[in-house]
Amino acid sequence: MARIIVVTSGKGGVGKTTTSAAIAMGLAKRGHKTAVIDFDVGLRNLDLIMGCERRVVYDFVNVINGEASLNQALIRDKNCNQLYILPASQTRDKDALTLEGVGRVLEEMSKDFQYIVCDSPAGIEKGAYLALYYADDAFVVTNPEVSSVRDSDRMLGILASKSRRAERNEEPVKEYLLLTRYDPSRVKSGEMLGLDDVQDILSLQLLGIIPESKSVLSASNAGIPVILDEKSEAGQAYEDVVARYLGEDRPLRFIDDKRGFFRKLFGGRS
Amino acid sequence: MSLLDYFRKSKPKSAAIAKERLQILVAHERTLRNRRPSYLPQLQKELLDVIRKYVNVDQDAISVNFEQDENQETLELNIVLPDYQQENKSVNM
Repeated sequence: MARIIVVTSGKGGVGKTTTSAAIAMGLAKRGHKTAVIDFDVGLRNLDLIMGCERRVVYDFVNVINGEASLNQALIRDKNCNQLYILPASQTRDKDALTLEGVGRVLEEMSKDFQYIVCDSPAGIEKGAYLALYYADDAFVVTNPEVSSVRDSDRMLGILASKSRRAERNEEPVKEYLLLTRYDPSRVKSGEMLGLDDVQDILSLQLLGIIPESKSVLSASNAGIPVILDEKSEAGQAYEDVVARYLGEDRPLRFIDDKRGFFRKLFGGRS
Repeated sequence: MSLLDYFRKSKPKSAAIAKERLQILVAHERTLRNRRPSYLPQLQKELLDVIRKYVNVDQDAISVNFEQDENQETLELNIVLPDYQQENKSVNM
């Protein structure tokens, strides 16, 4: 049986797809057979972040409609043979994904995979609901910013009331916090909510803090999940996230202001 | 914070303002959310049992929704009956 992870946030642009790509790659690199599914029907993006956009033939909706088999639609990642991508459809039909259809595909995949990462679309519409409905674990991606924290709290409410586990009165979806685009120097100067501030409101189990990093854009430019950029802070931070999720104990990194003496003296961003 | 900042007039840090606003807002939104009555799942189950005595419906043929705004609470029951004479009948109570 696969463990189903939803990467969700409510708010857009906080790093859901970056996170989905990174953690799916991280799990697969450790030898766990992993699939990552793009639930953003209409606005396919995960394929670009994973660098497989030119290999998309069939998509999630084709599989649900029986127009293609799962094996035809799944794309094996070029960097890691334990990782597969199921791209979103570009159809504009909002009802292309159905609860029953998604359930059927996830059940079939569960026989073959150890982890299934569901990359949720932004918002609280149907796509986001379907992405979280079957989840066992939820990675709540949050920026240290008011609207993102508020939306994350709303998603927590939806996870607790609308997920399959909630409907069946089973053990609730395990919720984890991933704080992304964190800028320690701005936190230190009181311009940005810090980890403690966010945790005072959300109080979730922390999986990791991803520092604001130029390497995230470089990685998406190149179509390579940032976790493979082992020299970058963001890549290392995602590596820690995966390790913690799998039960390892890793100290928090990249949460201290690392600007040099002169930068601190005269201001200016690193 | 840069050296020059020490000479500027101190004002409340924006992160502290953000946190205070969020705490108030989130607490308010949570109370609205959590006032959903706890008997709903049980009600749904028992209703399903009663309906099944008479009509053969699916587990998910019934939905119970509770909504609340400032001055009223709405309990909405929606039961989808199975196809009968080629048409889908829906009963709203």
